[in-house]
Amino acid sequence: MYASMIIPAVMLLIISVGLIQRQPVFTLFCDGAKEGLHTMYSIAPSLIGLITAIGMFKASGVLDFLTSLLLPVTALADIPEQVTPLFFLKPISGSGSLAILNNIINENGADSIVTKIASVMTGSTETTFYCIAVYYGAVRINKTGCTIPCALIGDFAGMMTAIILTSRFG
Amino acid sequence: MLPYIWGAMIIISVVFSVLNNTQEQLNAAVLDSAGEAVELVISMCGTVCLWSGIMEIADKSGVTKFVSKLLSPITGKLFPSLDKKGDAFRAINMNITANLFGLGNAATPLGIKAMQCLQKENVSSCASRDMIMLVILNTTSVQLIPTMILSLLQSAGCSDPSGIIPFTWAASVTGLVCGVISVMIFTKREGKLCTRR
Repeated sequence: MYASMIIPAVMLLIISVGLIQRQPVFTLFCDGAKEGLHTMYSIAPSLIGLITAIGMFKASGVLDFLTSLLLPVTALADIPEQVTPLFFLKPISGSGSLAILNNIINENGADSIVTKIASVMTGSTETTFYCIAVYYGAVRINKTGCTIPCALIGDFAGMMTAIILTSRFG
Repeated sequence: MLPYIWGAMIIISVVFSVLNNTQEQLNAAVLDSAGEAVELVISMCGTVCLWSGIMEIADKSGVTKFVSKLLSPITGKLFPSLDKKGDAFRAINMNITANLFGLGNAATPLGIKAMQCLQKENVSSCASRDMIMLVILNTTSVQLIPTMILSLLQSAGCSDPSGIIPFTWAASVTGLVCGVISVMIFTKREGKLCTRR
């Protein structure tokens, strides 16, 4: 698959440019990797909290109950029922949607089409409400006009595209 | 918002499990989940660190600057009233590029700087059109390599994690375009942006 060439090609390109520009590529790499470690360190507490909450939600049967309530709507739009929680959680919490994705992988296997659809959905948008809070918070603006509706339109369009394309061609 | 959702999820789960007679599964879930989360963090760590290392090289060797120059004609169309040589315009370009490369730690300060520049020219107490556009570009941003998801799939034993990349590109570009178009429609129609409190 050509997709498996994307990552090596990006690496090749970036490292060649770094060498041509006479940058200390390995030192820079280590600096960046340290930052990655910091990222994982900082998301670990929220992941622990959210994976526990989602595990409980799933085990108690609430999640299945809620998705079965939405089944008439989701079946109409050809949305796999397992991915419906992502529509609600993805705009609110990045770690939360990772937790849902992890749950979907555990239930359906890492190579199933549902896993692939959920991965594309999670990978295709940002944590909308976090962005809005950070950016408007920085300039102390509360009246955000049409920001939230527009952001949610973008999220919904991205996630529906993810479902349609991945279930057709995935 | 998240604290309420999180709390509600746990409370509802406990109550529901008593009604549904699934206390044992619930108890097992509590005991397993925390450990599972830590395993997940550790197994994802490698790939995430690798990519933030590579992207640091891209940033310092000028790849991101180059890409942001390539993007500037498009950003110019999205922010027609901005001075193309101003600080706000440059910060917006760099912010979009940093998002594209998954440099979250670099993207946020650049975005905030751009917001502050836009705020200086903003006369009302409401978000200006350009602010809304900038925030939407961030909420629907496209990521070249969706590192977190790839590392999660990799650690779960997926045979072809990078197979999702073309799909995430297509889906996030669609989301971005729809978001941008809706900003254009909403801000044109409203004229006056202060309608929500």
